[in-house]
Amino acid sequence: MTDESYAAIMAQREEIMRGSVGIDYGQYVTGVLAFDYERLLADTGYDVETARAVQTLTAVGDTPLVELRNVTELVRCVAKPGKGARIFVKDEAANPSGSFKDRRASLSIHEAKKRGYAGVAAATSGNYGAAVASQAAKAGLRCIVVQEAFDSQGIAQPEIAEKTRACEAYGAEVIRLSVGPELFYVFLLTLKETGYFNASLYTPYSIVGIETLGYELAVQVKERTGRFPDVVIATHAGGGNVTGTARGLRKGGAAQTGMIAASVDLSGLHMASDHDFNRKSFTTGHTGFSMPFTTWPDRADVPRNAARPLRYMDRFVTVTQGEVFYMTQVLAELEGLERGPAGNTSLAAAFAIAQELDEDRIVVVQETEYTGAGKHPLAQLNLAKRLGIEVRRGHPRDNQPGRRIVIPAHPSQIAVVDVDLDGVRRLYLQRAVESLPEGATLSDVDLEFLAADTRTSRGYVQGIIDELRRENA
Amino acid sequence: MAELIAKGTWVEIHRIVLPVGERAAQVPEETKRVPLEMRVKGFLVAPAALGEEAEIVTRAGRRLWGTLTEVNPAYDHSFGPPVPELSTIGEEVRAILGDRGRGR
Repeated sequence: MTDESYAAIMAQREEIMRGSVGIDYGQYVTGVLAFDYERLLADTGYDVETARAVQTLTAVGDTPLVELRNVTELVRCVAKPGKGARIFVKDEAANPSGSFKDRRASLSIHEAKKRGYAGVAAATSGNYGAAVASQAAKAGLRCIVVQEAFDSQGIAQPEIAEKTRACEAYGAEVIRLSVGPELFYVFLLTLKETGYFNASLYTPYSIVGIETLGYELAVQVKERTGRFPDVVIATHAGGGNVTGTARGLRKGGAAQTGMIAASVDLSGLHMASDHDFNRKSFTTGHTGFSMPFTTWPDRADVPRNAARPLRYMDRFVTVTQGEVFYMTQVLAELEGLERGPAGNTSLAAAFAIAQELDEDRIVVVQETEYTGAGKHPLAQLNLAKRLGIEVRRGHPRDNQPGRRIVIPAHPSQIAVVDVDLDGVRRLYLQRAVESLPEGATLSDVDLEFLAADTRTSRGYVQGIIDELRRENA
Repeated sequence: MAELIAKGTWVEIHRIVLPVGERAAQVPEETKRVPLEMRVKGFLVAPAALGEEAEIVTRAGRRLWGTLTEVNPAYDHSFGPPVPELSTIGEEVRAILGDRGRGR
């Protein structure tokens, strides 16, 4: 009998992953830490046009760009005179499974089919599972989705329960697990047993699939307004959304557009905690994902992560849980769009950031997601109350993740908190240095790579590394 | 004798994947105190009783064993009652907008 223990399967991690994504990541290695990121993406064989062609086959993409005129007016009611940029949203809920995740799934499933895999598997508790299941259904492939779905009391997180239902509606097998990072062990075991394609969120196919979003919105905004957006705001979790959108914007000609990452602040809550699991009130778009993935992208379920958000973000902001729920309600009641809630993280940020910009400027919120039972502020707030979390109106600064959700009393209170990007870069570099094999030294190629990965210079990287060494000496 | 559930019925099984004591080293203490559990749905391969070991065929065609816990499990996630903290936001922002919020 083969050894299927945790230790045995984790030891086969590299081998199982290599077989399941069909990419030999080893060929891209250029240094101790460095790899040829652009070649990894280019070798997918897709550019924006060919990616769009594949996505069109399953009605993915080409989503409407909607100007939020009433929300913009509300911004101007609370902004200083002359301030209040126009806010647009890319209505990604119009994709077949209801979110931009269809773009990420489409190329992976297309590749899995082309290469003769019998099925696809994905480790995800979010919209991505529904996207993979939907794409697999259309392609006639079997599908397994592994979710972290319930706590030790058996209480399911309502948004994930809805995702279970959606995946099963598309004919997928859903493995629902209790809380813990050993989900990855179950996922590896499943890949090993089935030989399915790993439709990871972090393969180059997933990222190239999002480039079409950035590309489309650059073209749509230019057509509609005669100019490219000044800033695009993406809800930020694992980094793919920021990475793919920014790359697509450049390919669409919007090279000067600022890329802002926005996450819900969940500081104080532990992502592997059984107790905290149902007290987050958000399943994605939060700092529990975005902080670790920004500072260490290669923690993913593939050897090298194609989502490398620090390369692309101009700014990284957080908003509170209560602000996102508030804006979700505002979007429904002022624009007639019931969407989200998690995708509205970037909308809450846009409401604040639009106030910093002149009225003729353009802010684009680059996604919406479908709404449904469980996947709604009511479901989250009712669960929060049941677990003893206080829910009240007040000032967002009093919001305390896991203890108190404060719904703003007035829209003028909505604000973003800037994450110190230099601090994030430092954490990234610290992690990089710690990951160096014993006795290894960084070559010129590695320093160039780290500079590109942190969007800084060799001098900056060298300076921080020297500082870290002095501190540890 | 417990009632047997018919072969082919859509059911859910439950299994402990990692018992307490075998959880990963990096897991926080309170999570280590509980096992890693798994629930999967599928069609029952042979008649079985609730609470007994049973085999299912999943939608991916896999055969899995576990304790039979539910028959035709419901999707019971919902919205719940309206939340008063959200109920008045629409009126509030319309009042702030006044004539500016008439749409265009």
